[in-house]
Amino acid sequence: MALLAEPRTALLDPMEPVPFRVRGIRDELEDTFTLELEPPNGRFEFAPGQYTMLYSFGIGEVPISVSGDASRPSRLVQTIRGVGAVTRALRNVRPGDVVGVRGPFGTPWPVDGATGRDIVFVAGGIGLAPLRPAIYRVLERRDHYGQVVVLYGARSPRELLFAEELQDWGGRFDVTVLVTVDNADRAWYGSVGVVTKLVPRAPYEPQNASAFVCGPEIMMRFAGQELESRGVAPEQIFVSMERNMKCGVGFCGHCQFATKLVCRDGPVFPFSEVARLLTVREV
Amino acid sequence: MRTVPIADLLTAHPFFGGMSTPAIQVLASCASEVEFAAGSRIFKEGDPADACFLLTAGNVALEIVVPGRGPHVVETLHSGEILGWSWLFPPYRWTFDAQALTATSAIRFDAEALRAAKAADKELGYELMTRFAQVLVDRLQATRLQLLDIYGTAR
Repeated sequence: MALLAEPRTALLDPMEPVPFRVRGIRDELEDTFTLELEPPNGRFEFAPGQYTMLYSFGIGEVPISVSGDASRPSRLVQTIRGVGAVTRALRNVRPGDVVGVRGPFGTPWPVDGATGRDIVFVAGGIGLAPLRPAIYRVLERRDHYGQVVVLYGARSPRELLFAEELQDWGGRFDVTVLVTVDNADRAWYGSVGVVTKLVPRAPYEPQNASAFVCGPEIMMRFAGQELESRGVAPEQIFVSMERNMKCGVGFCGHCQFATKLVCRDGPVFPFSEVARLLTVREV
Repeated sequence: MRTVPIADLLTAHPFFGGMSTPAIQVLASCASEVEFAAGSRIFKEGDPADACFLLTAGNVALEIVVPGRGPHVVETLHSGEILGWSWLFPPYRWTFDAQALTATSAIRFDAEALRAAKAADKELGYELMTRFAQVLVDRLQATRLQLLDIYGTAR
């Protein structure tokens, strides 16, 4: 393919999609899958928490958080829920096909700045995907942190994303993983209830903790409030916002969130900056 | 076997935080330590709500039987949490089944003794109602979030 003959750097022109070759597709859940993409120049560097604009040629573009390991730049890994025309088209790609990628864009999870602190990850549903690169990063530098806690909530046991990895992390002696679901029958021996109920059960020192929260907006609002009520400073709680990102670079204004543009100023924000906005119906 | 007196356990627990020593002594006089094997039933929907529990270890599932679908777990409760509020309100019947998911230890409060104690001492009654109301509010809030089915929405 002619396009692939001239490898480009992703940031050369932020508005021009770069063709990436599909190398793998993995079904995660009934409606969720992970694409493994090969960068044309062999490297895709990003910081945990950043996203790309993923382009299904002829269909359209969608913002998708990177869900892979930043220390393995030879592949771009993105986990996607098939809910619209573009994401469903992306589900139908096959190994060897080409998709367009712009980015990476946005602010990262500031895990490197949380050295020496307890780390609390709170994820809901597919919100575990944008957090996974930050979890990899923290585990890679495990001795730089105090307690490391992963709290995860999903709708039901069969809708647990990255279940094998959750088990692996939970099997480590230096990580606490607590999982809960909203609905279960007797075959499930784990917790049932909302993810915010895990916050008081986790072992961490609130005054010395940094929390990274990702999931549906209402879940982030209540998780942030629960963390705050436990004593975690609001400026040490970080959430990943989602709005209708289109350009990715702050030109178009589609993702305006009050005075902020999520694509450029976010998606990761300190809870102290957005907590009030999360309760405003019109924003 | 535990050697710490129940009154000391209650004093140290946040649920009873701020209660006077005499009040704690009254509550301790209504209490005993109990254990449940994994898989055993703690109480059954419709039966008399003759107790409430402070879980000190283990995990408990609150279940409701859905005809044609079997038992459905509504919520799980864990060490440190309060199990049971049906003892507070007539007709004093359990509204769910409770089953120990793992080996579970608890402090069991006799409901009849508790009701008598709060009737005899209005201040104690107020303290208990305030604390149980907070438990109910927290559970209601959590249930509302569950009802929203938030993970079903696109992200």
